Amino acid sequence: MACFLVPAAEAVVITVIKKSVKKKEISKINLKSDDGVPDIKTETGLSWSRKLNWLTNLLWGGVFLLAIEHIWHGEVVLRPPFLTAMNNPENIAPMLHEIATVGVSMAIFVTAIWSVMVLVSDYLYKTTAAFKHAMGEE
Amino acid sequence: MYLLITFFAAIIATIVWYVQMPKDPYKVSTLSFMYWGASLMWLVDGFFCIAEGEPFLEMSFKDALLGFTAVICGLIAWMTILLVKGDKINFFYK
Repeated sequence: MACFLVPAAEAVVITVIKKSVKKKEISKINLKSDDGVPDIKTETGLSWSRKLNWLTNLLWGGVFLLAIEHIWHGEVVLRPPFLTAMNNPENIAPMLHEIATVGVSMAIFVTAIWSVMVLVSDYLYKTTAAFKHAMGEE
Repeated sequence: MYLLITFFAAIIATIVWYVQMPKDPYKVSTLSFMYWGASLMWLVDGFFCIAEGEPFLEMSFKDALLGFTAVICGLIAWMTILLVKGDKINFFYK
């Protein structure tokens, strides 16, 4: 009914955090170019703004396509109150239940997958860097 | 059905992104993440459908049409992002 609202709320929060992190990284890192974007590499690996960018892309992308699906099924309309469940008081409780169960699960699941992705990419980055370093020494 | 179609679109976009790595001139990563995000969310929705006694996937023409609509909407959103973010030259001429 409106399960995508929870990932949408998370996407808003993460986007704000990402912009804040990006500003901090720009101030810390010496930019090699003048394009205003922090370099991909930091001393510890991939930058956090890039990692958070993956999460915001996952969340906003998912929310957008789920909104299309909800419009398709007539659960969301492009006029107030936007959610068709809001027109009937009997449907409000099931809608809130779905938001609390399916919506929260979606947000947690996407964030969990992103966490695994961050761990794997950090591991690959470190091993590749170590590999390149070893090759350079040889 | 739309989960399957979006899932395959996500795999194709990821392969294209992987081939272009480390450069990503057309921001295929954005398209890939969009499809993966939707696939993961619909996967969770599918598990809840099973818990409620409904089928995980509905194999109907209408659902397939929704899947293709979602893929096309993803492509349109990706092209819009490319244009808005100032990659017009890359997008049209490169």
